[in-house]
Amino acid sequence: MGIEQKLGNMGVVTTTLETVVNWSRTRAMWPMLFGLACCAIEMMAAQAPNYDMSRFGMELMRASPRQSDLMIVAGRVSRKMGPVLRRLYDQMPEPKWVLAMGDCASCGGVFNNYAIFQGVDEVVPVDVYVAGCPPRPEALIHGVVTLYEKVQAMKFKDLAKG
Amino acid sequence: MDNKLEKIVQALQEKFKTQAEEFRGEAHVFAGAGQVVDVLTFLRDQQGFELLSAMTAVDYWPQVSPRFHVIYQLTSVANNLSLMVRVPVNGDQPEVPTMTGVYAAANWREREIWDMFGVRFTGHPDPRRILMPPDWEGHPLRKDYPLGYEEPQFTFNYEEIDLRKPYSKE
Repeated sequence: MGIEQKLGNMGVVTTTLETVVNWSRTRAMWPMLFGLACCAIEMMAAQAPNYDMSRFGMELMRASPRQSDLMIVAGRVSRKMGPVLRRLYDQMPEPKWVLAMGDCASCGGVFNNYAIFQGVDEVVPVDVYVAGCPPRPEALIHGVVTLYEKVQAMKFKDLAKG
Repeated sequence: MDNKLEKIVQALQEKFKTQAEEFRGEAHVFAGAGQVVDVLTFLRDQQGFELLSAMTAVDYWPQVSPRFHVIYQLTSVANNLSLMVRVPVNGDQPEVPTMTGVYAAANWREREIWDMFGVRFTGHPDPRRILMPPDWEGHPLRKDYPLGYEEPQFTFNYEEIDLRKPYSKE
């Protein structure tokens, strides 16, 4: 419908740099292994062949925060784990995103007590919350796709503001 | 109670004047904090209880006084026996002598009891917290420890709680 149709089959596509950069970010987003509790089992299932998160560019889980773009916090975060989580988040290179998987990471879930953070958003800024206890792999993948929509809508001028 | 165990409990009563109870075939021996090291040394060396299989504490506040019971569960592998030694201790800062000199396994157990109940083990080689963060205040498994309950957010009080929730911005 744009210039591509008028020019015919020339192997040329016009777009904006912003779109290309955001598109490429969503097609190779490597999540960091951060399984803390039972949600990690569903995260593994989402990674395994039945659900195959590789279809969405999540080719492999990285054990090192320095090689990852997305932190999937899968499970309840205890107060003792908080500083560790924050440190790993700080070690991730920009741009980085956080997905709070499950009720415990999102709001504390059933663990309303002194030892558990009532939501991981008290430690790191969260982009997407996935509900469920634990969420099914489909729910996690839906959360990831929702995050992609957010990334696709990112503007360079917002990044410059810091 | 097992015949062999009954003899050991009687020997403890004669030697240390300890009280004993039986519950469903299991012997509980009550010892004072001052004599517990001697009691356990005697049980280890003379009676063949070579294993400290568990060590824990219970807070009976407010029903029972003294409120804390420090519990040593001893096992004799050679004689197939099991014996529980209870040490009742009272007060806000209870103290029990360390058992690390008798059973090396008591080291981390005592740290855990210190962390969770605030029972101080005098003479412990490394009296740090083991489960909670080092700067934690209070001892969570005490019955009078506040649970730290946070009010859940619902639609009617969402904004009110949202204002005071400590979000991380960056």
